[in-house]
Amino acid sequence: MQSETKSRVDQLTSPAGHPVSVLRFEGDIASTSKDAVLGTYQGLAKDKFKLILLDFTKVDYINSSGIALVIQMLIEAANSGQKVFAYGLSPHFTKVFTMVGITKYAGLFPSQDAAMAAL
Amino acid sequence: MTHKSANVEVRIPSRLGYEKVAMSTAASVAKLMGFREDRVEDLKTAVAEACINAMEHGNRLKEELSVGVVLSAGEDALEVKVIDDGKGLKTLPAKPDIDKKIHGEEDPRGMGMFLIQALVDEAEWVASANGKSSYVRLVIRLDSPTE
Repeated sequence: MQSETKSRVDQLTSPAGHPVSVLRFEGDIASTSKDAVLGTYQGLAKDKFKLILLDFTKVDYINSSGIALVIQMLIEAANSGQKVFAYGLSPHFTKVFTMVGITKYAGLFPSQDAAMAAL
Repeated sequence: MTHKSANVEVRIPSRLGYEKVAMSTAASVAKLMGFREDRVEDLKTAVAEACINAMEHGNRLKEELSVGVVLSAGEDALEVKVIDDGKGLKTLPAKPDIDKKIHGEEDPRGMGMFLIQALVDEAEWVASANGKSSYVRLVIRLDSPTE
């Protein structure tokens, strides 16, 4: 019933010259998304990739279990000295991420260009 | 569409993912009532989280137990009851603390009830008297006074 979460990683360089790992998600982010969310993140070498950008452009549904996976990623990133940012959230999920405090640990941007320009 | 009262009922199995059926139904009713798109989105998340709680905690993910969702559209508000076969809550959990979660002092999960309370105008958890058939009652109003 829940649509499978797809994910892929693109390695980009910000205009300031910093390498940025972009994790692109597609589908629902829910309890079944552990491999797509945490597994994809954990596949990145923590000592090599310090800037992580999450792309939610193609995500329609995020529930509290999915939010918990994002928080688990933020915990691991904080412990590894990585910084996490995100873009592409709908206005509703931007509100939800703000309500639960995720924005304190992951800066949100309206677009990939806006995020890359700031990194 | 005139604003006569109307009731819609849905029963879903206690299988994660089926909360989206209740979510879509609630959204359809809210749109017929004239709710703004942002309020429809608030309702969708609140109903989905209420159904997930009912499946996981009330019905303990036993698929043979269904979750009942009763939508009552009134003149100026939509009431949603999400009913499970559990005993209900004795106390509401504390508000989640993102700092504690990030520092490993609190479970990363446990956002559902907080979101429900934050996104609708009223949220009430009612434990059953007989140890079965508890429910959460949500109300979302047209022209919410909080906006």
